[in-house]
Amino acid sequence: MKILTGNDLSTGDVIWWAGDGWSRQVGDSADVGDKGEEMARAEEAALRVVGAYVIDATVEAGGVRPAHIKDRIRALGPTVRPDLTLKPNDADAGNWVI
Amino acid sequence: MYRYDSYDQSIVDARVEEFRDQTQRRLAGQLTEDQFKPLRLMNGLYLQLHAYMLRVAIPYGTLSGRQMRKLGEIAAKYDRGYGHFTTRQNLQYNWIKLADAPDILAELATVEMHAIQTSGNCIRNISSDQYAGVSADEVTDPRPWAELLRQWSTFHPEFTYLPRKFKIAVIASEEDRSAMRLHDIGLKLVSRDGRIGAEVYAGGGMGRTPMVAPQIRDFVPEDEIVSYLEACLRVYNRYGRRDNKYKARIKILVHELGVEEYKRQVEEEYAHMRELGLNPPTEELDRIRPFFANPAYEAGLSDDLDRSDPAFALWVDRQIAAHKQPGYAIVNISLKPKGGIPGDASAEQIALVADLAETYSFDELRVTHAQNLVLPHVKKADLHAIWQKLDEAGLAEANLDLITDIIACPGLDYCSLANARSIPLAQKLSERFASAERQKDLGELKVKISGCINACGHHHAGHIGVLGVDRKGVENFQLSLGGSGAEDASVGQITGPGFSEDGVVDAIEKVTNLYVAQRQEGERFLDTYRRLGMKPFKEAIYG
Repeated sequence: MKILTGNDLSTGDVIWWAGDGWSRQVGDSADVGDKGEEMARAEEAALRVVGAYVIDATVEAGGVRPAHIKDRIRALGPTVRPDLTLKPNDADAGNWVI
Repeated sequence: MYRYDSYDQSIVDARVEEFRDQTQRRLAGQLTEDQFKPLRLMNGLYLQLHAYMLRVAIPYGTLSGRQMRKLGEIAAKYDRGYGHFTTRQNLQYNWIKLADAPDILAELATVEMHAIQTSGNCIRNISSDQYAGVSADEVTDPRPWAELLRQWSTFHPEFTYLPRKFKIAVIASEEDRSAMRLHDIGLKLVSRDGRIGAEVYAGGGMGRTPMVAPQIRDFVPEDEIVSYLEACLRVYNRYGRRDNKYKARIKILVHELGVEEYKRQVEEEYAHMRELGLNPPTEELDRIRPFFANPAYEAGLSDDLDRSDPAFALWVDRQIAAHKQPGYAIVNISLKPKGGIPGDASAEQIALVADLAETYSFDELRVTHAQNLVLPHVKKADLHAIWQKLDEAGLAEANLDLITDIIACPGLDYCSLANARSIPLAQKLSERFASAERQKDLGELKVKISGCINACGHHHAGHIGVLGVDRKGVENFQLSLGGSGAEDASVGQITGPGFSEDGVVDAIEKVTNLYVAQRQEGERFLDTYRRLGMKPFKEAIYG
């Protein structure tokens, strides 16, 4: 699947297009098909996102998983600071990245 | 320490308000990202993996306690409670909100700090020796010249849009603690026939094409240093490769023209500039110099230390450097605890070091390019008290220049340019070689890790260097040996095929084992490598 991601213009938070708006959880990502680039431009123009881009992802048992490690790190947070990730209480969360 | 005059303060304050207006216009949609990006970068604000990142300039790595305390306050108030000290003696915050950035810059301005020229194709923050002014081997304190260059380069209209970024280092000792010859221009202040001047090196750098800068001038008198640099920059600005980002640094120009031709063109430009009389007035250097005068050292202090506490004695032996003033010491504070993140310091640790600087070091501290901190003026009688406070805060690691004193860039955990994670590898090495006895036995061994070819982790200059690369979406690590950023500067050579993260840790262990087996009396790892060459190390690694 193709999913759309970027950073919130104001806060810089990593965000994912969830079909009807942006989410901070990659698991909420919607398949944007071939409309991603067009949506990225529209959402950037609407000041909701900056640096938006389309990536490949798969749906696995744990939910949506970006194809590249860089985007998995963006989705979770720094692997070296579990306390700063979106899953600070999940000791196995880092394994999902690698 | 240098203090802003009214001109310094007014231009920094004005820049804050200008950026506040630009930020408001961006958030209101009056500026597109394409329009705003170069403006935010000129104020040190990047967009990284997880958020905006703000890089704060620490000119020549020198800070007061008040400035350090402000850095800690900002970490606590606007970031997530920590900051990251970089290989260019700066500090980065990783979790900044765009809307907060103008307020942060305003807070920095209250303590005479800013983030100007920490990004973009301009002259970046001037770097220098962390022992400037206190080491016994320097011919003069290099910081007045570094400050003069800071003033000259700040908002320099001719050099705001260079072909590429431009980094300058100034040192004044035979021992190079600043990787001077791996800068675009390196200045080494020297004394000739009673006159101070500079040896000038140009065209060094790391990145994808690492080069050690050749000397282009044996001596430039001190009052002509600025105009000579202006000539160097003018030739680069005119002929640097603007058509290709990867060939745009001055090192490529010097290499492609040849050192002699580059020198000839610089000398021609310099001769022209001398006629124009563009040297800054000597009064300005005379105005700056007293800011860096010796603090009021006490005379007649003892050099004796009570070494009865073995942990304290171990720390003293490793972290204390000789001071020019009897009874005083230079204290190196390691930001490389076992299993820690190189260069990271919590807001509380930053505040503690600010307190220590104010109480014990004439209100002064330094940041090193190796991502550590320094208290430059400490009475030996105060060392034990300082050590106890550092120990309570997790800052008393005794590993300066040892195998666990690792330089590592933020890597793929934070950086949008990175291909691989640097920090987890540094942590694994730190754990593998944690034994104090083993580290001491291995001696000086500088490990440097970069998460991409841009080489912010200085891997080319590591006695052991590691470069992270992306192999079809999987992290892979290339090992190199024999680099040095010191006065014996050299670029490391790649050993061969790359490794997994665990594999490169094992490979480094094999390399160190061979060193231990083959070393001769007094040899550092680097010396043994240079004597034996790559072949036996390669055999040890790959069988």
